[in-house]
Amino acid sequence: MHHLWLIPALPLAGFLVNGLFGRRLPKAIINAVAVGSVLLSFLWVLQVLNGLMPLETLYVERYATWIASGSLDIPYELAIDRLSAVMLLVVTGVGLLIHIYATGYMSHEDGYYRFFAYLNLFMFFMLTLVLANNYLLLFVGWEGVGLCSYLLIGFYYLKNSATTAGNKAFIVNRIGDFGFALAIFLIFIQFGTLDFPAVFSAAQPLPAESTAGILTAICLLLMVGAAGKSAQVPLYVWLPDAMEGPTPVSALIHAATMVTAGVYMVARSSALYLKAPLAMDVVALIGLLTAVLAATIGMTQFDIKKVFAYSTVSQLGYMFLALGVGAFSAGIFHVVTHAFFKALLFLGAGSVIHALEGEQDLRHMGGLRKKIPITFLTLACAWVAIAGVPPFSGFHSKDEILLAAHHHAPWMYWIGVVTAGITAFYVSRAMFLCFFGKYRGHHHPHESPVSMWGPLAVLALLSLGGGYTHIPQFLAPVFPLAEGAHDFTLVAISVAAGLTGIGLAWFLYIAKPGLADSIASNLGGLYKLVYNKYFVDELYFATIINPAIAGSRTVLWKFLDAGLIDGTVNGAGHMAQWVGAKCRRLQSGNIRTYATWVVLGAVLLIFTIGGVR
Amino acid sequence: MNDNLLSIILFTPLAGMFVLLFIPSAQRTLVKLWANLTAIAGFAVSIPLALNFDASNGGYQFAEKAEWIPLLGVNYHLAVDGISMLLVMLTTLTGMIAVLSSWTAVEDRIKSYYAMLLLLQTGMLGVFVSLDFFLFYVFWEVVLVPMYFLIGVWGGPRKLYAAIKFFLYTLAGSVLMLLGILTLYFQHYQQFGFYTFEIAELMKLNMPLHLEQWVFWAFFFGFAIKVPMFPFHTWLPDAHTEAPTAGSVILAAVLLKMGTYGFIRFSLPLLPKASIDASVVQIVVALSIIGILYGALVCLMQNDWKKLVAYSSVSHLGFCTLGIFSLNPNGIAGSVIQQINHGISTGMLFLIVGVAYERRHTRDIKEYGGLAHVMPHFAKVFAFALLSSAGMPLLNGFVGEFTILQGAFEANPVWAALAVPGVVLGAAYLLWLYQRTILGQVTVSSNLHLKDLNLREWLVFAPLIAWALWIGVYPKPYFEILQKPVAQLVERVKPGYGGGAPVQAVLPRKEAR
Repeated sequence: MHHLWLIPALPLAGFLVNGLFGRRLPKAIINAVAVGSVLLSFLWVLQVLNGLMPLETLYVERYATWIASGSLDIPYELAIDRLSAVMLLVVTGVGLLIHIYATGYMSHEDGYYRFFAYLNLFMFFMLTLVLANNYLLLFVGWEGVGLCSYLLIGFYYLKNSATTAGNKAFIVNRIGDFGFALAIFLIFIQFGTLDFPAVFSAAQPLPAESTAGILTAICLLLMVGAAGKSAQVPLYVWLPDAMEGPTPVSALIHAATMVTAGVYMVARSSALYLKAPLAMDVVALIGLLTAVLAATIGMTQFDIKKVFAYSTVSQLGYMFLALGVGAFSAGIFHVVTHAFFKALLFLGAGSVIHALEGEQDLRHMGGLRKKIPITFLTLACAWVAIAGVPPFSGFHSKDEILLAAHHHAPWMYWIGVVTAGITAFYVSRAMFLCFFGKYRGHHHPHESPVSMWGPLAVLALLSLGGGYTHIPQFLAPVFPLAEGAHDFTLVAISVAAGLTGIGLAWFLYIAKPGLADSIASNLGGLYKLVYNKYFVDELYFATIINPAIAGSRTVLWKFLDAGLIDGTVNGAGHMAQWVGAKCRRLQSGNIRTYATWVVLGAVLLIFTIGGVR
Repeated sequence: MNDNLLSIILFTPLAGMFVLLFIPSAQRTLVKLWANLTAIAGFAVSIPLALNFDASNGGYQFAEKAEWIPLLGVNYHLAVDGISMLLVMLTTLTGMIAVLSSWTAVEDRIKSYYAMLLLLQTGMLGVFVSLDFFLFYVFWEVVLVPMYFLIGVWGGPRKLYAAIKFFLYTLAGSVLMLLGILTLYFQHYQQFGFYTFEIAELMKLNMPLHLEQWVFWAFFFGFAIKVPMFPFHTWLPDAHTEAPTAGSVILAAVLLKMGTYGFIRFSLPLLPKASIDASVVQIVVALSIIGILYGALVCLMQNDWKKLVAYSSVSHLGFCTLGIFSLNPNGIAGSVIQQINHGISTGMLFLIVGVAYERRHTRDIKEYGGLAHVMPHFAKVFAFALLSSAGMPLLNGFVGEFTILQGAFEANPVWAALAVPGVVLGAAYLLWLYQRTILGQVTVSSNLHLKDLNLREWLVFAPLIAWALWIGVYPKPYFEILQKPVAQLVERVKPGYGGGAPVQAVLPRKEAR
């Protein structure tokens, strides 16, 4: 036994201690419990991996039965292979850095203990999700991280916008879960089990479905779930709003870990997807569409966190593109590098916001590179990484994806390249607006404490060098390596696109400041369309939410419930009263009336009997 | 003691009630204390039932049988199987909680109030332990009276309307059910030459399909009104809203389960041909699914905190009936577990409303907001109840919902696909309620100095919280208890269905192998 359960159990213990007693504990102890539990969890991951290497096959631990009814038999079972090992290292490693950062960032906030309790709870569910050996236990983690996301988005619960954003995240995710749940039912009907190894080995001998069949249905339904959690079209709308949460939450949950759960789940189910090429195509198309759509919105936003949020949506689209074209290991590779540089971007943005006492609007920043140099330097590392500048981390993983896309369908590669250019542009735009030119705000920027810039520095190193982790080679036992040599021309084109994006941003925001605004006003309607996020939220409200609310109120409740059904019920009551009132007259106490009735009755009786004869 | 354990459980509340009647009304504390002691004793005597229950024995246990009215073939016959045992435990526990929750909530005519609560307790227990149809019917009707008075005397502003509506609605259903029972009674005489109300005897009947269908619909009205299924649900929002907190808790946790229990104990085994008849199943399932979605959508629109929780019952009970009429082990076992779960979760939600109501005397959601600020513990307990009700994994609701939906999917994937949006809406109306009552700034000044939960209120919630966690994390014992009776039930209506091997026929395994 390697006691895999300790990995999620340690943060759970942290949650219980801080959640139950945190109100009365001093900050130092809250920190020790929260950071310490994640640190121990990280160390335990290393210990387990040390004991299990080279880990070429799946290692399973079974603890107890959870649900056993009729044909259902679902155990508490955790397992680890190289795919989950990568995810575990990212979740506990990046998670640890962000916990440390948060001790600085949140130091002046009310509800300090509550924040760390939720954060630890999130780690518990996320690690359960990664370690689960069956779909239902994965679903436990899946729902759990969604709950923590809800709690942390709405952390500032006095703000209506924050609690509304939390509700939106939870409900949109539930819509995705609708698909996931149906997929689970279908998997069980088809395979008689929900255990990963059993399902995948049963799927192994099946031929690939050339037309839509059961496996295609399963994979498409799983994708609905993944689209919710990983913010893909059409369910991405919750993620930008989720930026209402404190910045460490945006970094940990809404950039580095939770939102990649959908990618992980699809990659985990690769054995099913490989038998459903149609579903793969859908995944690739959704990924590509999301990547482009979100990147274009990212170009126009002025809230620094919103820029990075749309960037996350766009990068997640990239990952789904990778999965859809069959480059599962490239997708996971991008999960890892993205975790480094996007966590860094958010934490760096948090450091900027911290320095400016809450200011998030890029228009009120500028020239900060001299005032907060460490933040600037570390953010610059993330900048070159996400822009795909060789040899930094983003370059490597993005390159793997684009090459695989080209192998699958060249047009996908070209759209991917354009998106890479846009990505480089919007990140550069944010950097130029934030750190270059003249300071346009009226605060007194100050550098963040070491608890904050320490994690930034570590993430900066990882963002620079993370490309040399050889994730695809490491994952070879899980996902066979894609064949095909690196095509130098294709690589050069994508790098050129990135550099063009940076150059264009430099031209528009440094060389010719003001030019961007005039271009925007010249574009008029098109710019407004993009700036307003293509009015997708408004569309959902007009077509789904408002009709549902109005219909429930007027048709279902007022008309059907209170009007028709209750009307009938009350009507029956009134009818009974009315009949009773009329019949009461019969009993008048008047002898002559009674005699009349008796005679009438007798006559009627005689006639009836006579009639029968 | 095992020989007449069920009688002890059944009559402990009634005996306590008789003693209560001799306590002078002026001794208010003594009245409350005695009522609580009786309720605790009622729960305590039921514990041996759970401990000594033998899950490996599929038949009825703790049986007691005596002749009652030999002339009519009526017996005093009590026994439980796994299904009724769980419902008995739910009844004794929530009964205890309901009594405890009333300590300060009810100050008017308290002796009669507690007497009614205890009488109600015996009535409900009788429904779940009777194996004689006549005896069952007596208890079924006994329940109506104390509940009528609880709503009508200790209820809110529109209590008389609500109480009469409740009474007439359910009485109408009962009368139809009685017709069904009498049909079976006379049919049995025709076929076997003697009169009996014994369930086991009546199961031997062999009736033509059309007659079974008539009886089925007669039962259906009785049970569907109690559940309540759409469109027979409109008594419920009024009754729940006007009833005192303890009445709402009992109503939601136990009384509604009399309807679902009726389907499981009587409709299915006594009328197997009608119960699997496609037209019957389609209607019942359609009404269940409508109830799930309709209840949830109407919930979204409520401005009355208590009414919202009441409508959520329509939605949740829709899952229970959907599970039953999936007619497979997962559906039925899931349904029973969900019946327990609904008792726990909705019981908590009503207690939550009660705590707020006792402090502010309003149920209007607009009157609240920002309570997390002044009542942090209350906010946490509410969050827990909400998550348990919304089916968060590792809490009780998820286990039931998942099993039901898996069962429904096995029966017909479309059913599950139509029902799952109810889970989405469930999260929506509960979260929105939470946002409007608990989160944000305190908007009404009279909320600024509300007191957080006191010790007694914690004691009210604690057992329910523990139970919700237990079922959510380790539901195995419950499934074990239910396994045999559910398998027998399925064997009765669908011989040869087996232990519930996945139905390959539902979805052809295309190109497999």
